[in-house]
Amino acid sequence: MLDTLLPILFFSALALAAIGAVRRVRLWRQGRPSPVPLMRGLAAMPRRYLVDLHHVVARDKRMSNTHVATAGGFVLAALLAIVVHGFGLDSAVLAWALLAATTCMFVGSLFVAKRRRNPPPRLSKGPWMRLPKSLIAFSLGVFLVTLPTAGILPEDAGSWVLALVLTGVVAWGLGELFFGMTWGGPMKHAFAGALHLAFHRRPERFSDKQGGEGRSTGLKALRLEDPKAKLGVEKPADFTWNQLLGFDACVQCGRCEAMCPAFAAGQPLNPKKLIQDMVVGMAGGSDARYAGSPYPGKPVGEHAGEPHGPIVARQGTALVDAETLWSCTTCRACVEECPMMIEHVDAIVDMRRFLTLEHGNTPNKGAEVLDNLIATDNPGGFDPGSRMHWAADLNLPLMADKRDAEVLLWLGDGVFDMRNQRTLRALVSVLRAAQVDFAVLGNEERDSGDVARRLGDEATFQTLAKRNIATLGQYRFARIVTCDPHSFHVLKNEYGELGGNYEVFHHSTYLNDLLENGKLSLKAWKGGLVTYHDPCYLGRYNGEYEAPRSVLKALGIEVEEMARSGYRSRCCGGGGGAPITDIPGKQRIPDMRMNDVRETGAELVAVGCPQCTAMLEGVVAPRAEIKDIAELVADALVIDATAEQGTSQDEATGKARRTAEEMTP
Amino acid sequence: MQHDAKSSSHAGLNVAVLVTVGRHPVTARARRADQDARAVEMALSLNDAAVRLVHAGGNGDDNEEALRGYLGMGIGEINLIKQASSADVVPALVTSLRDMAPQLVLTGTRAETGEGSGLVPYLLAEALGWPVISGLAQVESIEQGVATVLQALPRGKRRRLRVRLPAIATVDSSAPAARQSAFGPARRGELAARACASVPDELQEQWHVQPARKRPKRLKIVKSASARDRFKAAAAKADSGSGQLLSDVSPEQGAEAIFNLLKEEGVLR
Ligand code: SF4
Ligand code: SF4
Repeated sequence: MLDTLLPILFFSALALAAIGAVRRVRLWRQGRPSPVPLMRGLAAMPRRYLVDLHHVVARDKRMSNTHVATAGGFVLAALLAIVVHGFGLDSAVLAWALLAATTCMFVGSLFVAKRRRNPPPRLSKGPWMRLPKSLIAFSLGVFLVTLPTAGILPEDAGSWVLALVLTGVVAWGLGELFFGMTWGGPMKHAFAGALHLAFHRRPERFSDKQGGEGRSTGLKALRLEDPKAKLGVEKPADFTWNQLLGFDACVQCGRCEAMCPAFAAGQPLNPKKLIQDMVVGMAGGSDARYAGSPYPGKPVGEHAGEPHGPIVARQGTALVDAETLWSCTTCRACVEECPMMIEHVDAIVDMRRFLTLEHGNTPNKGAEVLDNLIATDNPGGFDPGSRMHWAADLNLPLMADKRDAEVLLWLGDGVFDMRNQRTLRALVSVLRAAQVDFAVLGNEERDSGDVARRLGDEATFQTLAKRNIATLGQYRFARIVTCDPHSFHVLKNEYGELGGNYEVFHHSTYLNDLLENGKLSLKAWKGGLVTYHDPCYLGRYNGEYEAPRSVLKALGIEVEEMARSGYRSRCCGGGGGAPITDIPGKQRIPDMRMNDVRETGAELVAVGCPQCTAMLEGVVAPRAEIKDIAELVADALVIDATAEQGTSQDEATGKARRTAEEMTP
Repeated sequence: MQHDAKSSSHAGLNVAVLVTVGRHPVTARARRADQDARAVEMALSLNDAAVRLVHAGGNGDDNEEALRGYLGMGIGEINLIKQASSADVVPALVTSLRDMAPQLVLTGTRAETGEGSGLVPYLLAEALGWPVISGLAQVESIEQGVATVLQALPRGKRRRLRVRLPAIATVDSSAPAARQSAFGPARRGELAARACASVPDELQEQWHVQPARKRPKRLKIVKSASARDRFKAAAAKADSGSGQLLSDVSPEQGAEAIFNLLKEEGVLR
């Protein structure tokens, strides 16, 4: 009897899955067009899965093994079962292979079940709680019905009752795994995830066989040519189709939620819920069936949306509240952690673009900062002619005079901030001690556009960027060095699309190069315990975790790492315009970060970003001291008189004296 | 708050806002003028009002960008009355306001560019025979052609006035700040240009204009021992010395007093 029932079962499940797949694809296709190389994408998919995705999954060893066993077992078992039971191919070898595959899957399922016994809060409940049972049903059911084919049991073992029961179990498993895969069950992640990997909007983020690391973090430019076109994303259908596909791939593992600083601070943002809301919007409906942690302070079930309805309502509620979108610091912790390679930050900025460019609704100080950027080229509204006032005594060489320098020192808007001026002074003294040929743009420099862009004001970003690119185009320099990771990121990764391609160094990387080349000699560190805070825009955005640490090492500092450091570093709360939009939460992100510092027992935290400095120094004492890497290096400088023998004695002493003066604060 | 301007077919109030090209105080870049933008904000926040924006003046590239700043507040179009750069815009504005027949005309107290004398609203009122309200802080209600408004006085004081419409009101920095100007609507909005004969401003043509010299500020030196005295001195209102407060007097008596003062000061001879 099984011989007749099973093929029917398998093929109807497959047929239903196919229908579901078509419907799902139609949901994605509501999005804006975005051309992808179909064949090349599909061909690249296995590698992206096995290498890039597993690189992320493997951070949790136990879960990674569980997934390999379950998913690997399932894929193999599904293929073999279609051949063996669907087409009724009577091959003992295949049957044995199928038995092995289902066993493997069964073992994996047991681990899945174990994890679901006491799930951490980041996991979604609801339908996800039945998944392990369905996995077990499938693996066990298929295992048992395969026993006769493998010749272990006689064909007619058991009664028809047993056969019926077995059929039922297999049907349950098939329902979840084939039918549920395309009809919106938990297994949807496998179907959507595979296609998402193939047609990812940022194919450059995947590693390649040549050992390329694969990193793609710059925001994509918004086309502003067409005045009729809507700017940014208003409705779910305004995302590109492969973004929608990406949202659909979410497995609700909650890794993003666990890493999100805004969520931890009790601000109304949860990246996982946000992605799920986009899925709800894409299909139409309310978020009432969402079974994970809500946005802090916002109960589930009060929001609803549809593919062609607004995501954020001008008044009342729609799919998502604006403050959810404005809580994000664009720290990328979620993207870094997401095993499905979903791009949360892109989505958030897309929606912010609409709010700023079309609604004119940037909260709190947002509008003022943007107005300042438009009128004065800096967020504080300072006179652009006063950019160099901080350095009146430093006699910095100007690009306008020199026209040609080895290093263009990009100062950033920190020039207007008295705290950052100390860092800049330190950096200048170090560059002078290393006899670097550098120059600054002075009053010709403008804000890089970072804040405007993260606040969604793409128009102002592009204006600033184009004017900066035009200015930079007048001069010759080998590289740009800056102590601001935000400028660093924007100059390095986001100006390219607008025609500005430069070799850009963060000062920690550049100082490390100087140290490695023996251009600087340093006194040994005599202070206490030191920890290091990775700025998001240096670390996760640009993969620079090593250089700052080796500079500290060269200083003789043994870094006492925080629990969350490197790619898991917790944001200081200063990125993405978050201090400007200032959405209230239960605690402040910088306070949480200083608690991380406190746990290490460090007396000093080394930083490499003016924004981090400002945020962390804003934490009330008692707390560790905050110093930029440039300051630490400047403090430890040993001015070596012999190194300056080439220059005339006079000049050498003059220089040494000046450097010494600059060092004393 | 409703961002979209309502269509002028609406039965409610007809409001015209006169807007100019502003100039940023630090960088002198063209922008929407702050007070005019506040006037637009006030018009948009009126219930049931059909808001129309009017600008009379030259039309440089810079100007267009700046005027689009008002469109970005959610306004569909600005009526642009094209004028030669040397023209006196008052006659053109008078003609167009007569055509439009608004019940309420709002504008900033003074322009950030050009003469900036703050006289335009008064000249318009004189030509149209309408009353002027200066320093409008809030419109409380408009019923049967009478507006109840709050006028801003120095140091945060407010005075409630009842004015028969049509009237002209000027808005200064005590009015609520203007909403953000959004890029999308700003560039989609229309500048509906209309030619109108320019009347040259002959007086102004004879003037010689030069940038004002920055005058040093006189420091107020307070000789006092305690911080409390210094604080009091800093917070004290500048005393006007002479002057008198007239209340509950007849219009004739008031006019008489003003007339005498002007004579005393040598304004009238
Ligand atoms: S978005 Fe990514 S990290 Fe977050 S729950 Fe979904 S799959 Fe997990
Ligand atoms: S970028 Fe950072 S703040 Fe924004 S959602 Fe992701 S983890 Fe949260």
